Amino acid sequence: MKLKLLVLCLLLSCFSVASAQEGTSPPEDTLLFDSTLLPAPVTNLVAFDTENDHGHAITLEWEISVDDGAGKQSVAMYEVFRWVPDLMTAIPSFRDTLDYLKLRTSSSWSEPEPGSRTDSIHSVFAKLDMAQLEQKKETLERTIGQAIRDLPAAHAAYPENGSWQQVAVAPSGSVTAEDVGTKEKDSPDYLPDYSDFYYRVNAVTADPDIRTPSEIFGPVQSYGQWFNLGRLAVFVFVMIFGFLTIFFVSHARRGADLYVRPLAGIEAVDDAIGRATEMGRPILYVMGLGTADQIATIASFTILGRVAKRVAEYQTKLMVPAYESVVMAVAQEVVKTAYYDAGRPDDYKEDIVFFVTSLQFAYVAAVNGLMLRELPATNVYMGKFFAESLLLAETGAVAGSIQIAGTDEIAQIPFFIVACDYTLIGEELYAASAYLGREPILLGSLKAQDWAKAAVIILVLAGLILANLGVGNDWAWANNIVDFFRVVD
Amino acid sequence: MKRQIPVILVGMFGLFMIFQYFVPHESSEWVYEFLLDWTIIIGIFAMALGLWSLYRVSVEKIKTRKPAWGYNYLTLCGLFTMMFFGFTTQNGEAWGWFFPFLVSANLVLVLMIQASVNKGGRGLFLGLAGVFLVACVVIIVFDNTWGFHFETAQGLQSTMFRAFFDHILIPIFATMFSLLAFFIASAAYRAFRARNVMATLLLLAALIVMLRFHPFYGPLTPYIAPFMSKTSNWLMNVPNLAAQRAIIIGVGLGIVATALKVILGIERGYMGKG
Amino acid sequence: MDIFEKLMRLDRRWVFLFLIVVCVLTYAFDFEIPVLVEPEVEAIFDFVDTLPAGSVVMIPIDYDPGSLAELHPMTYAIVEQCWRKEIKLIFSALSQNSPGMADQAIRDISDSLKVEKEYNGVVYPPREIVNGVDYCFLGYKPYPAIIILSMGQNFRLPFPLDYYGTPLDSLPMMRNIQNYDDVACVIDISGTNSTDYWISYGQGRYGFPLAIGVTGVSTAQYYPFYGSGQIFGIMGGMLGAAQYEQLADNPGLAKDGMRVQWSAHMVIILFIILGNVGYFVSRYRARREERR
Repeated sequence: MKLKLLVLCLLLSCFSVASAQEGTSPPEDTLLFDSTLLPAPVTNLVAFDTENDHGHAITLEWEISVDDGAGKQSVAMYEVFRWVPDLMTAIPSFRDTLDYLKLRTSSSWSEPEPGSRTDSIHSVFAKLDMAQLEQKKETLERTIGQAIRDLPAAHAAYPENGSWQQVAVAPSGSVTAEDVGTKEKDSPDYLPDYSDFYYRVNAVTADPDIRTPSEIFGPVQSYGQWFNLGRLAVFVFVMIFGFLTIFFVSHARRGADLYVRPLAGIEAVDDAIGRATEMGRPILYVMGLGTADQIATIASFTILGRVAKRVAEYQTKLMVPAYESVVMAVAQEVVKTAYYDAGRPDDYKEDIVFFVTSLQFAYVAAVNGLMLRELPATNVYMGKFFAESLLLAETGAVAGSIQIAGTDEIAQIPFFIVACDYTLIGEELYAASAYLGREPILLGSLKAQDWAKAAVIILVLAGLILANLGVGNDWAWANNIVDFFRVVD
Repeated sequence: MKRQIPVILVGMFGLFMIFQYFVPHESSEWVYEFLLDWTIIIGIFAMALGLWSLYRVSVEKIKTRKPAWGYNYLTLCGLFTMMFFGFTTQNGEAWGWFFPFLVSANLVLVLMIQASVNKGGRGLFLGLAGVFLVACVVIIVFDNTWGFHFETAQGLQSTMFRAFFDHILIPIFATMFSLLAFFIASAAYRAFRARNVMATLLLLAALIVMLRFHPFYGPLTPYIAPFMSKTSNWLMNVPNLAAQRAIIIGVGLGIVATALKVILGIERGYMGKG
Repeated sequence: MDIFEKLMRLDRRWVFLFLIVVCVLTYAFDFEIPVLVEPEVEAIFDFVDTLPAGSVVMIPIDYDPGSLAELHPMTYAIVEQCWRKEIKLIFSALSQNSPGMADQAIRDISDSLKVEKEYNGVVYPPREIVNGVDYCFLGYKPYPAIIILSMGQNFRLPFPLDYYGTPLDSLPMMRNIQNYDDVACVIDISGTNSTDYWISYGQGRYGFPLAIGVTGVSTAQYYPFYGSGQIFGIMGGMLGAAQYEQLADNPGLAKDGMRVQWSAHMVIILFIILGNVGYFVSRYRARREERR
């Protein structure tokens, strides 16, 4: 096996053009100095796979040198070295050659700058014709693929055919460092999983030539985890919340009477539609600037469905100018279904929901123009709104429309409160769909939300008390509970 | 079946996205990246739907002679012109027949729409459109001073696109945004009245926060400025923060609840079914 | 109808007219408004100031021409500071019209660095800013949340090519940069809701240091995230940019605009006072009538 790797390395090096590696590593071995100048090495070095990640990273821990912050006080930093097989060091050179061959065989090839790296590679391949270059390219691609597959074996050959390379630096006083690579096989930072890595840490003085290496630690392998324990608290909360939602929904299905606080804004919707019918004027429904993947927009779709159904029953005119094409497509489907449900499919027209523009202020200009020309009896603003909220609502007020707004954009709520007749604040927007439908399963989910809120309040209070107890009294159990709720990435 | 498949798809992908958050493994990342790519692709395709809707609604308004219908021609020609600027640029210094081409192409667009909405004179409009279309083809074939570049970068480097962006779009948008200052002034005038204790507190807080930005009180500056600054910082960091946090926690829970309802198929409003 | 009743029913167009007259007049006179620096702005300045040369900072430009007056000065102030300190920048644009804004800012600032200038007490010689070496502009892609998530995996996923059509791997500064792990911080300048995405999908998921520059009206909304440490600094509106310019001792667009903003605020305060005077007098009279 070792012989095979050696032959592979030799073969590959025919393709690579020798050149200095970028970012030269400091000399790896301790130079001969007066031994009294040498700092004490770090001790108890351990390396292990970094937790809660996708692999390709190793964490190192050690106990600091006795000359770090004490003793001779000579340690300035720590350098982390990993043993790297020659095969791995050679791959970037092969890639440079492959890049050159790709460029050379493409239409955008031009003579390289004299003295550049591409030029030095070019000098080796200049005389080859296109067919030979293509052949070399294919061979090199296959060889690189094979080399990457052979990396675990090359690592297992330690300490043959390899050298120590610096992979991380930590300032004095540090007891840990991380060697993080990437999963991208064609990146220079690629770090293969399930390969035997060996590490050592040098204690380095202010004079970078004076250093003391630690004992070597290895082998250690990196691998990806199937569960991020740092996010356990979120997982537990999502599970409990999901369970509560399902519980209350099934509870409501069995016929339990669930009380929901009345929302004035939603109760006003029916009256506003009636008013529009009496006045013979249209209703304008604005869904804001949100995209279809936002919860506020999804809530707005549901409310639009209810409004459209009522509008279809009263045979009033509805206008829905859309800001985003996906939102438009979904809104058209929502309105169409509402008209069908109301038993008036013939009244449905494709241009009830229409696309205007995806530019914020052009959209404002279009909607404001619509308000002033058509003078709608009622304007409903539900969804995500930004700087345009006041521009729309003030113009609506000038046009004399009844205005009902709802948004979860906190900064825009004051503007709507000032300029509109009714405003749904924050989560009331999400509750509106359940409230409008009065369907038990939707009301059940509102109940689950209330319970979760109660749990959050209790947890906030408990966290406050525990965090303070933990700080003052150094009670590990209090800190542990607080740490459980800390999300680690 | 038409309803069940979307619900199953939403549930499947929704649950995957929830669990993906907790699974850092490479294979889950691979699926996740694959799904993200698809979302972008779907979004880009939907843009075509939007453009079609804009075209249809505009033509409908022209057809029914709705108030201010003439502006719809402006919308469609503007749309076409900016797209044209985005994809074309001059090859050298000279413009050649670039602008005659643009005018002819716009005329083809207008005449084709006229032909489709007018019952009378259809032949005339189609004939004229044909003439301008021929002119466009001739210019494209024989004029090498400009060309099409189907890359955003090339388009944005184009002189005309940049000129329209810098000198038309930016001033228009800046003007629209500045209207906000006027509306805020009039809204503040009407809303900030000391009607009761709460409204008075709101009014005072607003005044302090507005004044803190400008420690410009002449000789009184050294006395008033630090007070205003400290008080407004307290207002922003304590009462404002507390209220915002309460709303954010409520909104956050609402988002989780609604997302769960969508994933579990309880909430189907987005499909037109409540 | 006496003057107080008129005050109560003042047509909004008078407010508009008065405001525009005062703003235009103020702009005609040149005087300086003193600016107090707040800790949330100073935090951003200090963070950037202590970065070593060669570090990489990401600046998403997520605003349209509409918010230009408030947000362009922030971009100019931060980018100039970074380039003066030889920090490399990655720009992205996640709002539809923001590529134009970023392009304009990059052009203007690199031009301004071509002449010798004193900045924060140090005289800097002329310098050429080179694309691919000093900065990389990723360009625009729709659906900000998804793009932010993808960039956390690798910048090359959503942006295999930069804005100018060059593969990212061909840019010298991007060779060893894969994702957010390789940037010192992200400073999002935004007039849209992309800030929310940067906080929840970017910082929340990938944990990089994040600071934001937002319009004045949305500033208050982001204080909870500053309090919780999810963002390490906030610049709010033109005032935030003016504070940044003050810290860099480099007056620019924001400090120039402060006197107009100040006069507009004063007009609003004046109208609020007038409105309240009208309200109180009318209420007093109504009560007196009732007593009679």
